[in-house]
Amino acid sequence: MKKVLSGNEAFARAAFEAGAGVVSSYPGTPSTEITEHAAHYKELYTEWATNEKVAMEVAIGASLGGKRAMTCMKHVGLNVASDPIMTLSYTGVNAGLVAVVADDPNMYSSQNEQDSRHYARFGKMPMFEPADSAEAKRFTKEAFDLSEEFCTPVLVRSCTRVSHTQTVVELEDRAEAPHFEPENNIPKWVMIPANARKRHRIVENRLLELQELAEGDKYNNYVIRDKSVGVICAGVTYNYVREANPEASTLKLDMVWPLPMEKIKKFSKLVDKLYVVEELDPFFETEITAAGIAIEHIDRSLCGELSVDAVRALFNSEEYEVEPDMSLPFRPPSMCPGCSHRGIFYAINRLKLFVTGDIGCYTLGLLPPLKAINTTVCMGASIGMAHGLDKASENMSEKSVAVIGDSTFLHTGINSLINTVYNNGHSTVIILDNGITGMTGHQPNAGTGCDIHGAPTVKIDYVNLCKSIGVKPENIRVTDPFDIAACMEVLKEETSKKEPSVIITNKPCIFADRSVVDKPYFIHEDKCSGCRICTRLGCPAILWKEEDRVAYIDENLCTGCHLCIKVCKFGAIEQRSK
Amino acid sequence: MKLDILMVGVGGQGTVLSSNIVCDVALANGFDVKKSEIHGMAQRGGSVVTHIRVGEEVFSPTIPEKSADIVVSFERMEFLRYDEYYGKETTLILNTQVIAPPTVADGSAQYPDEKVAQTKKIFSKVYETDAISKAMEIGNPKVAGMVILGILAKAVPFKKEAWEQAIKDRVPPKTIDLNLKAFDIGYNI
Ligand SMILES: Cc1ncc(C[n+]2csc(CCOP(=O)(O)OP(=O)(O)O)c2C)c(N)n1
Repeated sequence: MKKVLSGNEAFARAAFEAGAGVVSSYPGTPSTEITEHAAHYKELYTEWATNEKVAMEVAIGASLGGKRAMTCMKHVGLNVASDPIMTLSYTGVNAGLVAVVADDPNMYSSQNEQDSRHYARFGKMPMFEPADSAEAKRFTKEAFDLSEEFCTPVLVRSCTRVSHTQTVVELEDRAEAPHFEPENNIPKWVMIPANARKRHRIVENRLLELQELAEGDKYNNYVIRDKSVGVICAGVTYNYVREANPEASTLKLDMVWPLPMEKIKKFSKLVDKLYVVEELDPFFETEITAAGIAIEHIDRSLCGELSVDAVRALFNSEEYEVEPDMSLPFRPPSMCPGCSHRGIFYAINRLKLFVTGDIGCYTLGLLPPLKAINTTVCMGASIGMAHGLDKASENMSEKSVAVIGDSTFLHTGINSLINTVYNNGHSTVIILDNGITGMTGHQPNAGTGCDIHGAPTVKIDYVNLCKSIGVKPENIRVTDPFDIAACMEVLKEETSKKEPSVIITNKPCIFADRSVVDKPYFIHEDKCSGCRICTRLGCPAILWKEEDRVAYIDENLCTGCHLCIKVCKFGAIEQRSK
Repeated sequence: MKLDILMVGVGGQGTVLSSNIVCDVALANGFDVKKSEIHGMAQRGGSVVTHIRVGEEVFSPTIPEKSADIVVSFERMEFLRYDEYYGKETTLILNTQVIAPPTVADGSAQYPDEKVAQTKKIFSKVYETDAISKAMEIGNPKVAGMVILGILAKAVPFKKEAWEQAIKDRVPPKTIDLNLKAFDIGYNI
């Protein structure tokens, strides 16, 4: 049966059809929906892990235990999982292990634009790159076979335009995966130097064997059309090239590592001019040039994503850039009406604290009018950076806080908090516990109380966790983030202490717990003085009527969170009766 | 046949259901189809854009410049942000609902009514409707997207039955009648 599936649905379907047993991942745009869809197949054990390194290690254990395993992450997630995978390359696998990694050219929702292909070369592992959902499914299924055949983890590289594009896919049945007994093989699995030295040789040999596979007929085929132009490309870029220049001969790289240099050489001889078209880093270009194959160098930007028009421009040696119409009022994402982060951010803004921030919905606290985020580097960085700031200056800890979401705290924040306490830091950490992983689409985490299927499970007790780390009980403050006055009080008290403190907010994301949604509020026009203080909360439901110089509330958007009544000095805001 | 549809709107307006139905219909009619979305982050309120491409064989998941056959704007001004995709051959389907961007909401910028009026003139055809009021007529503003889908269905060469089937397959069973009614309103505008 044919169906239209997103790339992410196709990756999940591949795990199902390949007879995989275990999927463990941490969410991250644009990869999140792979694991969400995998969870719909009852034949797969699927879980949200606390971070990508843990997820990778769960997958390794599952492979060791004899089940085909998959782990999925965004590009920066592979940085977190890089420690295990770099040595997994040495141990190899038992049952097949596939890691799907989704890049985000143009950074639609990411903090950097790194090119994951480097990890394949770095870790000496094969990497596939599908161009659409049909290939996403096919390559991922074949990646499991390849993983077992060559005893290697296999990477599959996606990107936003593959993960979030729906294309036509032929569905197949679930196959029985080959049987593997749990493995106990110490020279293979215990990477002490003596064993690792032997495994390293195996890795180098394996790469040569994989190269032979890459040279064969199964992958990386070329089609000769017009002989004057030949283009080497991969993934979604292949589709841009086909549309921009339908007559060009193409060599499509299905496997982007290792590269089939013999085939590339052959192709180069069949065409007059050889081009490489690739997004982000000049990965193919560097390798092919180093192999002594002459290519026509295209002068291009290494930033952002390609498109049909951008590829056309490359061939015409033109600059290609779409200028957004700056005269239009922007529509940046903003904290939702009723967001539990808004009140405490308002308090932080009032106290003019310096904020080492982290990654999550609360990063939007950066935007006006709240403007209360001063740094964002990577997940978990807020706490370590606050500690560094504290150690670098006399009194910075009195004027600054670290702000981190619950999922991010569990991801990589905990270790940093241990470090702060252990090293006698003075910083104040705010854990914004809204009970869910908001930014990536509301996935449950270890602090939610349920698993990926919504089934009840243990819920982290942040207060006791912080106590056990060694934060003094009187320095752990559970605070209602909607109570601005209380937030300001607690913030003043805790930042003034020469000891580590943790402030934990206790209100849910309105999507995690719909029971908090209440009757909307409205503004009495005659009581509104036009002071605009309520508009400084940055709530999308509070609007300004310039003609009458009064504020009003869009009652379709208002979730009844009561924050605005706490700032109005004129009693102009009132709730609709129940 | 080549059909490139650009759907734009504001996060939370429910453009995903409509665009999924378009894909189902194209597939049921034996065409290749690709749909690419940038849905931003989980929060509401950001600008969202979906490219739908139908044809014998579709390559790029995104529409090249100037080649959208139809632009569907779920919000009155949103199509203005994507002017590289349309030209004088393009049809515009416009929901007149206004969702104020933050700077308009706080009074520091003006809603670009003038620009909307000017830019509409570029298109070969414009179908304009207040889909929310139309949906309210049958008692539920949530099916406004179906009204718009009805207008779109009328503008493209697939049979009405194919649309109805796709709607039945995609919406919750209890809401099929309501959705079909809303679709009909749009189809008959
Ligand atoms: C290493 C890494 N993994 C995943 C992501 C994607 N990501 C961005 S924010 C976030 C989680 C945010 O959840 P939380 O900390 O609970 O804050 P909330 O969004 O709920 O406010 C994730 C998973 C990332 N940026 N980096």
